Amino acid sequence: MNQLQNFTKGLIKENPVLILLLGLCPALGVTTSAINGLGMGLATTFVLTMSNIVVSSIKSFIPDKVRIPAFIVIIASFVTIVELVMQGFAPALFDQLGLFIPLIVVNCIVLGRAEAFASKNNLLTSTIDGLGMGLGFSFALTVLGAIRELLGSGALFSIKIIPGDLMLVFVLAPGAFIALGYMIAITRKLNK
Amino acid sequence: MEYIIIIISAIFVNNIVLAQFLGICPFVGVSNKISTSIGMGGAVLFVMTLATIVTWLIQNYLLQALGIQFLQTIAFILVIASLVQMVEIILKKVSPALYAALGVFLPLITTNCAVLGVAILTIQKEFNLMEGVVFAIANAGGFSLAMVVFAGIREHLDLMEVPAGMKGVPISLVVAGILALAFMGFTGIV
Amino acid sequence: MAGKRESNFVNMVSTLLLVSGVAALALGMVYNLTKGPIEIAKQKKQEEAIRNVLPDFDRIENKKFKSARGADSLAFFVAYKGDEMVGVAVNTYTKNGFSGLIRLMVGFKPDGSINNTSVLEHKETPGLGDKMQKNKSTWSDSYNGLHPGKNNLKMTKDGGQIDAITAATITSRAFTDAVEHAYETFNQNMEGK
Repeated sequence: MNQLQNFTKGLIKENPVLILLLGLCPALGVTTSAINGLGMGLATTFVLTMSNIVVSSIKSFIPDKVRIPAFIVIIASFVTIVELVMQGFAPALFDQLGLFIPLIVVNCIVLGRAEAFASKNNLLTSTIDGLGMGLGFSFALTVLGAIRELLGSGALFSIKIIPGDLMLVFVLAPGAFIALGYMIAITRKLNK
Repeated sequence: MEYIIIIISAIFVNNIVLAQFLGICPFVGVSNKISTSIGMGGAVLFVMTLATIVTWLIQNYLLQALGIQFLQTIAFILVIASLVQMVEIILKKVSPALYAALGVFLPLITTNCAVLGVAILTIQKEFNLMEGVVFAIANAGGFSLAMVVFAGIREHLDLMEVPAGMKGVPISLVVAGILALAFMGFTGIV
Repeated sequence: MAGKRESNFVNMVSTLLLVSGVAALALGMVYNLTKGPIEIAKQKKQEEAIRNVLPDFDRIENKKFKSARGADSLAFFVAYKGDEMVGVAVNTYTKNGFSGLIRLMVGFKPDGSINNTSVLEHKETPGLGDKMQKNKSTWSDSYNGLHPGKNNLKMTKDGGQIDAITAATITSRAFTDAVEHAYETFNQNMEGK
């Protein structure tokens, strides 16, 4: 496939969350608002792209039997970098995302792409794959966050649009499951 | 008494899957049969408890002593990955049947956010080692409980008529949401 | 996949060591770079919290007092305008929140009455317990002006005079617990000064 297809596949056709069903934990955990979903998406995109770049660059240097631990060290390093930078320069977002930032390291998307794609493709293709998948992930999380924020508290990106209290359940655990379930069903329909 | 609160809180009030959203991937992937759910639950129990013990020791005697807490994420995930490798090797020798039954799900415990999540939470909540162990076992229990209940529901769902678009994961998630709603009823207890 | 190195023991160990070594170096560098900004962000947050809960002041004296509940110590920020003490901000906490730890900054007037409060840290439920935050609701204003030694800060359903947040009783009770924790320590160390 050409690079344009490579980049856009992550958006709908092979959207990591909605089609491949990876990275569900953060999808449910941080999407209490659109901005949280977006912030988490971008942080994960950074880790995904950077680790794809590094893995693709040194793929012939790593002996096969130790590739998983090596990938993990690489991914964990970028996650720690994101943790530190966010703590210093975006502390409010860091507090909001909480536990889920270090959990990026076990986001199946990141290790999955490193193993299935970056370790088998050249640098340019891997980089674009990382970016595309990451942005698809961010897209899914932002939309889910927006839906939950709008239906749950009547606001979008912290701007109150619908007055009064709405369906609080959407900001809570049950609503997350239900909203995601419907989003996956709708995306599948769109894909056909 | 403290321990009872930790246990009830971890299993019911703050159920790791239904309230904290950790361990969703295996939850959605493995819970279509009760038998595999129980097996997965057992494996998670073992890894989670061991991992919490080892990571607690590393945090308090290595990372804090050297002031390198920022390496927590790397250290913890490496511990978990190694433990899972060990469990795989031991299980292959001791119980090849269980090893075969769990299949690809065993290595997947490494990326089970519940295991890393519980290890980090134990440090965040400033538990001592004993409390951490109880916390880990209770959370593994909560994870297994959620999975087995869910598997029971899914086995029934397979016999029902579900609209085509919702078949599989979507309806499972909606059901999980209702289950989460039910578990919210435990909130007042602790 | 031509070109992959052979998986013998030496190669495996040396690769892992090299990768880990480079990672540790890179992280060490980033850590040093971000140490400053992280510290500054923490300080700013604390300063802002103190300013939010105390009347106007021009200097702060930092003190640490052993908690009245024995466990550890609470940070006190004694505020002065000129030579006069205008208030004390106490960084207090409770572990009884619905999701565990809640950190508050409570501002006391010299006579021990509450000037204002500010939430520093919590993991309470969005939409429910997080209504204790000032940007979500004015609920926490109901503490202002009350004196923990003279007024009962427990919930009305427990016999006190604070109306709990609807459907967030545990969070509300925890909030009072943190405030009382601060007052008990304040009382032990500052009354009469």
